[in-house]
Amino acid sequence: MNFITDLVNYFVRDIPIFATAAWLTIKLTAAALAIGVFIGLFFALLKLSKNRISNGIAHLYITIIRGTPLIVQIFAIYFGLARMVDFGVFWSAAIALAVHNGAYIAEIFRAGIQSINRGQMEAARSLGMTYGLAMRRIILPQAFKRVVPPLGNQFIIGLKDSSLAAFITAPELFQMAMRRAAATCADLEYYTITGLWYLAMVIVFSFLVAKLEKRLDVDKA
Amino acid sequence: MIKIRGLHKYFGSLHVLKGIDLDVGRSEVVCLIGASGSGKSTLLRCINFLEKAQEGEIWIDGKKIDRKKDDLNKIRAEVGMVFQLFNLFPHKTVLGNVIEAPVMVKRMPRDEAKKEGMALLEKVGLADKAHAYPSQLSGGQQQRVAIARALAMKPKVMLFDEPTSALDPELVGEVLEVMKQLAREGMTMIVVTHEMAFAREVADRVIYMDDGKIIEAATPQEIFEHPKEERTREFLWRVLNPNKGPRPGNKAMGPLAPQEKNRDDCHLENAG
Ligand SMILES: Nc1ncnc2c1ncn2[C@@H]1O[C@H](COP(=O)(O)OP(=O)(O)O)[C@@H](O)[C@H]1O
Ligand SMILES: [Mg+2]
Repeated sequence: MNFITDLVNYFVRDIPIFATAAWLTIKLTAAALAIGVFIGLFFALLKLSKNRISNGIAHLYITIIRGTPLIVQIFAIYFGLARMVDFGVFWSAAIALAVHNGAYIAEIFRAGIQSINRGQMEAARSLGMTYGLAMRRIILPQAFKRVVPPLGNQFIIGLKDSSLAAFITAPELFQMAMRRAAATCADLEYYTITGLWYLAMVIVFSFLVAKLEKRLDVDKA
Repeated sequence: MIKIRGLHKYFGSLHVLKGIDLDVGRSEVVCLIGASGSGKSTLLRCINFLEKAQEGEIWIDGKKIDRKKDDLNKIRAEVGMVFQLFNLFPHKTVLGNVIEAPVMVKRMPRDEAKKEGMALLEKVGLADKAHAYPSQLSGGQQQRVAIARALAMKPKVMLFDEPTSALDPELVGEVLEVMKQLAREGMTMIVVTHEMAFAREVADRVIYMDDGKIIEAATPQEIFEHPKEERTREFLWRVLNPNKGPRPGNKAMGPLAPQEKNRDDCHLENAG
């Protein structure tokens, strides 16, 4: 039972540094997903528009981003763009994660918007609303409610994927795990501890999403 | 009020409206009847430009609409539409549904819109449901809210597309009552319906459509009692005698009884 006692000891001793690292993971994920939601909404609307050029742009973006590994995108932005603009470690990672998650979020929004009955848009237009106004006031509020579950799912993926920022030296959770593991040779203990930190964050987040889902459903079918 | 000339509508290669000419005067109530798929909905939807006809002219209130140059949103704001499936906004309260367009489109102050909205809900008998959500209402109540919502824009014309076809039989009456009231107040209305009793009582003119063409247009009296066209006769026979199979020979139809008792079957046969 040496492993368990070590695990507990390392865990307790390193709570302060892991908490700091987890906080960075949270900030990184929050920034990335906040931007990712806007990117996603933008490309979802482009993809739904009748204009063939906007359509093509959205299709191209989604295809390229979904078709290439996140780590490649992170390196491309951090090392590749460094010659032109230096975003720094945090923002390079945040932008890469935002662009990456944006593609998936775009598809989530597109599906959500398309799931709203066509009659809603027609009723809104028949009252004299423009396409944009109908989208903003009638379609999107209903679509947002429907995409909460898949969006929550994507946020969880985004949170865990932020660990790849470790490879451009962002001092987030996984980076901390690698450092401590290397310093102590207690690899199994430290990767287990790191896993538990991610797990805890995901559980808390899932709980919040479930609560939000419940609240949105109240008497507004 | 509305003048349509030579209207043609195609969906791809499907020719759905084949040269429609129609005049609807101010305060006139026109009922459109015809089998499912004959183009009734498409015609209504062309009038408020939810669909764009490829050919033909549409005049509203003396003005020819140029769908490239004119602001179609403005035209739609003046042409109210009521749908078979109500299409209320589920995330808004009943009053929220009614004031949405006046506030967002006409920029009417919210308080004023609420006051007018309540008056309209009063009129359709649903003032006590103002703060309920659509999902908490019966179909008949939802449709009455939908009518109030359309009226809130003070339209010049109201288009109804089978407003009672999706309703349980016992809820049809309350919606028709509101529509009769509107007709009495002088609203210009075009109503696609299978409610022959309603058409007979309220319509100034009944128009029978088949295969994208207007086959016959006449007063309810004429069309129900002395239809000129064989196809009209055939259609009316089927609608009014849903359980009797094909119409025997060329016999005259005989006097029509009030159709209340057949409505259910005819809506099943003709829904669409
Ligand atoms: N958006 C559409 N795309 C393709 N075909 C359509 C569309 N809307 C209607 N149609 C076709 O046009 C014809 C007339 O339809 P519609 O106007 O709905 O008839 P009605 O209301 O008299 O039942 C039908 O054959 C229908 O299948
Ligand atoms: Mg129809």
